[in-house]
Amino acid sequence: MRALAWHGKHDVRVDTVDDPEILNPRDAIIKVTATAICGSDLHLYDGFIPTMQKGDILGHEFMGEVVETGPGSTLKKGQRVVVPFTIACGNCYHCGKHQYSACDNGLPADNQDIAQELYGQPMSGLFGYSHMTGGYAGGQAEYVRVPFSDVGPIVIPDGVEDEKVLFLSDILPTGWMAAENAQIEPGDIVAVWGCGPVGLFAVQSAFLMGADRVIAIDHFPHRLELARKFGAETINFEESKTYEALMEMTGGIGPDACIDAVGLEAHGFFVDNVWDQIKASTFLGTDRAHSIRQAIIACRKGGRVSMPAVYGGFIDKFPLGAFMEKGLTLKTGQTHVQHYMPALLEAILDGEIDTTFLISHRMALEDAPRGYKMFHDRQNEVTKVVLKPDLAAAA
Amino acid sequence: MPDQLADDAPLTTARDRRAVDDATAALVEDKGDTLVGRAVTINRRADELFAYFRDFANLPSFMDSVERIEVLDSRRSHWVVKAPGGRTVEWTSVITEEAPGSFIAWASEEGADVPNSGRVDFRPAGDRGTVVTATILYDPPAGMIGRLVAKLFQREPAIQARRDLRRFKQLMETGEIATAARTRKQPEEEKA
Repeated sequence: MRALAWHGKHDVRVDTVDDPEILNPRDAIIKVTATAICGSDLHLYDGFIPTMQKGDILGHEFMGEVVETGPGSTLKKGQRVVVPFTIACGNCYHCGKHQYSACDNGLPADNQDIAQELYGQPMSGLFGYSHMTGGYAGGQAEYVRVPFSDVGPIVIPDGVEDEKVLFLSDILPTGWMAAENAQIEPGDIVAVWGCGPVGLFAVQSAFLMGADRVIAIDHFPHRLELARKFGAETINFEESKTYEALMEMTGGIGPDACIDAVGLEAHGFFVDNVWDQIKASTFLGTDRAHSIRQAIIACRKGGRVSMPAVYGGFIDKFPLGAFMEKGLTLKTGQTHVQHYMPALLEAILDGEIDTTFLISHRMALEDAPRGYKMFHDRQNEVTKVVLKPDLAAAA
Repeated sequence: MPDQLADDAPLTTARDRRAVDDATAALVEDKGDTLVGRAVTINRRADELFAYFRDFANLPSFMDSVERIEVLDSRRSHWVVKAPGGRTVEWTSVITEEAPGSFIAWASEEGADVPNSGRVDFRPAGDRGTVVTATILYDPPAGMIGRLVAKLFQREPAIQARRDLRRFKQLMETGEIATAARTRKQPEEEKA
């Protein structure tokens, strides 16, 4: 089959590799019909994530048709499914509590050592996201082996287009969980750092959960425009001073809830950010983290901070004093996708949530390397690239 | 056991080697000076886990370094285990004590390539399932050097025990052992 493989920093290629096979009873093989490039794929593209190996197949947002099933799978050939990016067993204590991204059994036993050393306990497996998260081949490919197919994939009714449901795989549940973690109360003012897909879905979700006002922060005009369409007020941090603007826009109180949807590749020319960048490039520290610091400083006393943004390692100058003195609450985590999928699918089918506005580019799988470059270089207008293995490659 | 316990942590986590030496004799039959211990919580009943484990023919399904186990009689079994450098080591193991659904203790017979002894405890943990604790005492083949070499090849018993217990958990909880391989031949190539 053809698949998008990582070869190094800013070097991804579509290679011909062996087709996947059923290896465990609960496996299914999915023929991919649509797959997206995620903002977090850019962390891999930029070489920020350790334990990548040449030839690793990327992609963790995908859906397709069931073409083969193991004896323990509950799926049927021909069914269309969206696959969660977290690989979780459904049987362990954490899955029992619907903390799917904390699944004990999603990672192969030997791969659990790295995460155990780094985080204290290993997490669930992830598709196409380095060997620390299992080394599973991802979905930017023609076919994918999906473990625990009786627990993860959600069946999509006939007649519903791929593009309407594809984002159930990651970014829609992630944006929703970000808003849920912000414990939004009616009348709240919510600030969202980052108007990428997760930030935009968090804006949508915050309003659905009863937020009175949402303030969206970014520096890409097109992305701020999308946030404005959902009713958000905006701050362009290249035009205005974010902390000062937030304080003035909230009558000197600060937002009740702050959502950091930026993460470890925060843009912008700030002193602490540049310092982080120097350290990141000299392997002194891996995470550049201006947005989370600013969220903590801006948040109102006794407020809530939610961090869907991806961080992998350590940061310096975490404003622990502000966090403590103001009595903030911080909630975060990889998304428990399996927990959110059924209700969000319902919301999509009922027309309450529409995510198709996000898709700016559709391409053949063969053109994926160009898609990565575009998404990386032109983040203002490239909001989401969807790859379709069926499409013919552009000339 | 030592007269005074400094804290309630398991001996396998002690910083002071002497505490281990003092106490291991009481813990299991003394068959070596290297102590390995690991606890894992498995979301199944203790009697189910005990039953699977007690049938030693099942163990190679999740113990990666075990090439084969021949069950000789109700108490004795012969173990053939992979060692660094493509070699194998062998011993005959005897169950010294057991309580169904609760624990199994064993010790190797005279003439073992790697003298060892240990016990596996199955302790009910309410709605979390069962805490399974493996405690192993062994004599590394060629002392420290042998252990260093083994570690290089990732066959160091502490690493092996941790991974084996994770595989046991996976098998008992999910009915399969997780693999990130894409094709059948991939894991074979990686092992070669």
